[in-house]
Amino acid sequence: MTVAQQTPTHVPPDSPSAPPRNGRWSGFSHLLRARLLELKREPEVIFWVFGFPLLLALGLGIAFRNKPADVTPVAIVAGPGADNAVSLLRQSPRGSPIRVAVVTEAEAWLGFRLGKYDLVIAPDGKGGFQYRYDPARPESVLSRAEVDDALQTAAGRLDPLPTSAVASTEPGSRYIDFLIPGLLGMNLMNSGMWGIGFALVDMRQRKLLKRFVGTPMRRSDFLLALTASRLVLMLVEIVLLLGLGVLAFDMQVLGSVITILLLNTVGAVSFAGLGLLTASRAQKIESVSGLMNLVMMPMWIFSGVFFSSERFPAMLQPVIKLLPLTALNDALRATILQGASLGAQSGRILVLLVWGGISFILALRWFRWT
Amino acid sequence: MAPAIQCRDLRKTYDGKVEAVRGLNLEIEAGECFGLLGPNGAGKTTTIEILEGLLAPTSGQVTILGQTWKNDARELREVMGISLQETRLSEKLTVFETVELFSGFYSRPRAPLEVLEQMQLTEKADAWVGKLSGGQRQRLAVATALVGNPKILFLDEPTTGLDPQSRRQLWDTIRGFQQAGGTVLLTTHYMDEAERLCDRLAIVDHGQVIAEGTPADLIERLGGHHMVEFQVSGNSNGNSADVWRALPGVESVRQDNGFFCLNVHEPHLTIPALLVAVEKEGQHLLHLTTRQASLEDVFVRLTGRHLREE
Repeated sequence: MTVAQQTPTHVPPDSPSAPPRNGRWSGFSHLLRARLLELKREPEVIFWVFGFPLLLALGLGIAFRNKPADVTPVAIVAGPGADNAVSLLRQSPRGSPIRVAVVTEAEAWLGFRLGKYDLVIAPDGKGGFQYRYDPARPESVLSRAEVDDALQTAAGRLDPLPTSAVASTEPGSRYIDFLIPGLLGMNLMNSGMWGIGFALVDMRQRKLLKRFVGTPMRRSDFLLALTASRLVLMLVEIVLLLGLGVLAFDMQVLGSVITILLLNTVGAVSFAGLGLLTASRAQKIESVSGLMNLVMMPMWIFSGVFFSSERFPAMLQPVIKLLPLTALNDALRATILQGASLGAQSGRILVLLVWGGISFILALRWFRWT
Repeated sequence: MAPAIQCRDLRKTYDGKVEAVRGLNLEIEAGECFGLLGPNGAGKTTTIEILEGLLAPTSGQVTILGQTWKNDARELREVMGISLQETRLSEKLTVFETVELFSGFYSRPRAPLEVLEQMQLTEKADAWVGKLSGGQRQRLAVATALVGNPKILFLDEPTTGLDPQSRRQLWDTIRGFQQAGGTVLLTTHYMDEAERLCDRLAIVDHGQVIAEGTPADLIERLGGHHMVEFQVSGNSNGNSADVWRALPGVESVRQDNGFFCLNVHEPHLTIPALLVAVEKEGQHLLHLTTRQASLEDVFVRLTGRHLREE
């Protein structure tokens, strides 16, 4: 670093207006500061990075909140025997929440087809009943079992084995508990890729990258500052999303804060690398947008953001487990919900580091500054 | 002392097909203001970006202050300030923040506020770049070039799109920089700018230097300092250009939009003879003016085209 020998001398160094000589990290700190200022002034960024995931968590958390057991809507085809069915269901000691409607056969079918009724009860005219249900609809199957149970006990069936049940809903196993770590992971991916990739292509399109390269700025400082600005945003994201889970949904964070922070950092850096790679050559915002979606789409679906990735066939599992977002989501869930230690996650961390490392190396090789 | 900027047999071919620069030589002394003058697409921007170290030449050598881009890139970046033809700086940063950001890249920058004052942007220091007018943006671009306290300033079309007042302000700044000992290389397709600002010029066309010298030199080489322009009506036959060329003191003749332009040494000899000749040809004079020859005339003489033509 022998730049100092070449300093120009048009303004005498001892002139009162000359600022002190800049140090090694001056470029980096100026870039980071400028980047954060820009982000702060970009209302869209604030919304997509902070507002959107919060709204999503809030909306899904409310939609899938633990509500009292579902009321089963059932249609009884009007005719002889219909009144009997209604009164039997009313006096059933089971107390299952069944909502009964007595309607014509045509209405009953239409309602069943549209999902208004889970089950149709048709009196067979001989004192018995026929159930019509859809074996492919879980709520229909459940409803048949409940209605049958209610009717049989009301009609005087005695159970040979006495059983009892206790209702239990513990934080940790609810949908919102599953969702928040997934959203955290997805948000790290989205904002990492967009925050880095979009910004880079935009600057390339504006010829701002070219202008920067025309200064003594170190190129590595530029990329570091961009990544560092992501880490600052990441901190805010974690606080907001976990805060929402804890305050609004009574979520319990079992893992240590340090472990969560480290996992998030590894995840954010890994996706920053992927964003950098995606944007390493694109000249236009339009082309990078397509590429970004191409990279992120499989992970939105397969990586267990909104539902468990275990739902996919076993054949796909090894591939799914190697996706960076799956690794991050699984690691975050294990830590936040089960209190797993960092050491227990080494496989997942390795997946993230390999993705991030390879992306950074390829990105630096292919990167186009002009 | 090594020349500030030197290049030998510079060539740049894009995609193996388009030859933007074909064997260009330049030697610019320290303290000079040197202009690359040429029409759009002549290879000016490619040339200046190669000299700035932003593009790699296909072949040829470049030395800046005796150093090369290959070996001394960081040292060179410290002593150059550049303004690209079209940079859109971040719109959500203020003018001051932008200049301060660039100052952070140099090991010994000037104070941002002082540069803003020099570029008459002090009032706009806290305005977002997105809110600036075209002229203010252009001045800001030059401010980012000056804040590193450079020895060499590269300006690619610095005054394109500026109003006359902003152009003059920028000319003053460039002259001030030069008077303080700096070297300037600028591209332009404005002749008046080149004539007023540049100590020396290279006229570039099709990727080559077709003429080089001081503005006065170049005009001198045209053969005469004066231009006589006139329009005639009547039975103008195709041979009339020969008639005008035969007039006393005429160096060259060109036809331009129905006008004849004569490049002459001594208008006081040519004009009376011209009037006589017009009458002898049975034509009427519709229009007659004389003016000083300009670089535009040099360019047209050399290429047969106007500078601003596409």
